[in-house]
Amino acid sequence: MRIPIVDGRPDVPASLVDDFAPSLITGPEHHLCPGCGHPVAMRAVADVMLDLDIARPSIAVLGIGCYTMYSGGMDIDTVQALHGRAPSLATGVKRMQPDALVFCVQGDGDMVNEGLQEIVHTAARGERVTALLLNNGVFGETGGHMTATTVLGQRTKNTLDGRDAALHGFPIPVANLLAQLEGAVFVARGAVNNAGNVARTRRMLARAFELQKAGAGFTFVEILTMCPTGWFVDTREAPAYLGDHLASAFELGVLKDVSAPA
Amino acid sequence: MSSVVLSRGTVVIKTDMCKGCELCIDACRPGVLQMTTDERNHKGFLYPVLSPGCTACRACAQICPDFVFQVWKFDTPVDETIDAEVS
Amino acid sequence: MPRRLMDGSEAIAEAMVAAGCRFFAGYPMTPFTEVLEHMARLLPAVGGACVNAESELEAVGMAWGAAATGARAATGSVGQGISLMQESISEATRGLIPFVVLNMSRGQADYFQATRGGGHGDYRTPVLAPVDITEAVELVQRCFHLADEWRNPVVFYGDYYLAHTQESVEVTRIDFPPLPPKDWSVDGTTSATGAARLVSPLALAKSADHEDTSGLAGYGAHLRQVGLRIAEMEAGIEPLAETGFLDDAEYVVVSFGTAARYVRYVVGLLRDEGLPIGFIRPITLWPFPNEVVARAAETAKALAVYELNLGQMVDDVRLAASGRAPVQFIGDITLDGSGFGISPDYDVDRLRDRIRAAYAACLSEVS
Repeated sequence: MRIPIVDGRPDVPASLVDDFAPSLITGPEHHLCPGCGHPVAMRAVADVMLDLDIARPSIAVLGIGCYTMYSGGMDIDTVQALHGRAPSLATGVKRMQPDALVFCVQGDGDMVNEGLQEIVHTAARGERVTALLLNNGVFGETGGHMTATTVLGQRTKNTLDGRDAALHGFPIPVANLLAQLEGAVFVARGAVNNAGNVARTRRMLARAFELQKAGAGFTFVEILTMCPTGWFVDTREAPAYLGDHLASAFELGVLKDVSAPA
Repeated sequence: MSSVVLSRGTVVIKTDMCKGCELCIDACRPGVLQMTTDERNHKGFLYPVLSPGCTACRACAQICPDFVFQVWKFDTPVDETIDAEVS
Repeated sequence: MPRRLMDGSEAIAEAMVAAGCRFFAGYPMTPFTEVLEHMARLLPAVGGACVNAESELEAVGMAWGAAATGARAATGSVGQGISLMQESISEATRGLIPFVVLNMSRGQADYFQATRGGGHGDYRTPVLAPVDITEAVELVQRCFHLADEWRNPVVFYGDYYLAHTQESVEVTRIDFPPLPPKDWSVDGTTSATGAARLVSPLALAKSADHEDTSGLAGYGAHLRQVGLRIAEMEAGIEPLAETGFLDDAEYVVVSFGTAARYVRYVVGLLRDEGLPIGFIRPITLWPFPNEVVARAAETAKALAVYELNLGQMVDDVRLAASGRAPVQFIGDITLDGSGFGISPDYDVDRLRDRIRAAYAACLSEVS
């Protein structure tokens, strides 16, 4: 029942619907774990930028985490920041290059632990940048420890019995926090654990970028990503784990859209 | 004799890029992807292989963390039925 | 612009704008706050941006981001606030990111912070310390030139007196030698061209005169290359110092900044009394004017360091003297009730007595 693997284009008339990698991602081979959700999210970002034809001029500001391997791995002008500092760098970048699409990519440890102050102020100021949060509830790169978004019950390296509110406090739903700030004009939370969520997340990204181009204000898309390694689950179980544990604690959907009809 | 299976598209699979995460298997809507059972790529991972019936929905390409898939849509659906005796 | 009586804060701000600074971010802190105030007033009019950052940490981050786009950018604070910026300042040297950091310090106890840095890794920043507002107007412009020439953060070391006293100054733009275009900076237009650029402290793109520093193994090579630039800056930046009465000086007092304003005046008075005393005023605290100090140490009986701290620049003077002459520390911290660096010791009579007594004590020890 198995079809021989085609090398190159099919030998019947056909059109290419989706290439291996978007042209904006120049280093498709990475060393991230099997089943990692970060590349899925980055692909969605790149695809949306190409679909909307907004890749030039654009400037990415990257934080520090597993996704930092995209620093230098994208055909996008990039400024690499210190842990937590991407929003302030993005502010400086956008103030000097207001016509460029400026977006940050940070993990939850970077943005919600180290850099919570920066993202809140950047949103409050209504800086016309788009901040993207790749949220998997762990400090992946340093070994899988608890972050400020680790959900209750989630096993991590230092909450092996599951995060316990009495011992470790509660997770911060940062997208919900930011949605309350007037400077934030679009706030959404998506996920990449299945194709349907990827499609919905792409629509969120498109809306966020469009609103930035329109000069409306600060836009934010939180993207729940799989981390089977950090979650101690099989790669095939990770999408369900995300849905059952992360997406239940952090509601998916558009939390705020000032441009939506009332 | 096998029943006719029309494929609306196909995928090119870079088997050596695969890390065996199997996200594509569950993502594939018509369920035409299956992991190998014995064959492994040069990294040591099992990898997906395609059966007839692909709809070019792109779900595999969208969900794959390792950008293993290239998706093609046929101009006209192709009968990719494989004769049971031949395979 | 015409000569007029100006606060140092305003003059420095005007000079920064004249030098082409188009981005500034800062957090209010005495005695730096007025610099931020003036930049907020001046920058919008020239198409620049001034952001009232919510913390010093964010201020330096914003300057970093602005500088990455090729703009001339600066931030500032006071010692304690500069402490908060240390990670960014030191890391920026690894990304070859040029911006100017103003320390309008409280006294002179941030010498180590400015010249050694409290950041991580092997790094240095050029440090310029003006003695008065007129010199500050020139030096702050030089800071931007040095930052761009060496692609490194540069520290401007001022203080309360500089910020909050007035002088009659004329702020004119100084034309420095031309610099190459910033073909490393990002403005978004090289995205999606196959030649997108990266401004990163983690690795430099491979280029003809650098080994490939991609990947973890290359990171060590990257750090070594960044470290080599310290030697390049030391060799390539001319150390500046003002000196007086050195030819026959038996006793040389070394001081910087506002303290040196008093010291050079007092040394003049002591000369009138017939005492063979001279002075050295380092202007570049890094690179330190080692040769000037070494030459003085060859002929003088002793060097004395007067600074408003508990002994910081004295270390550099000792290093430069290399044992040719003893080096004494005759400084101290004295502050008024404000704690902002206004010192009762910045007083001609007190300083004259102090130096005279130190010289006398030195004579009895050395002879």
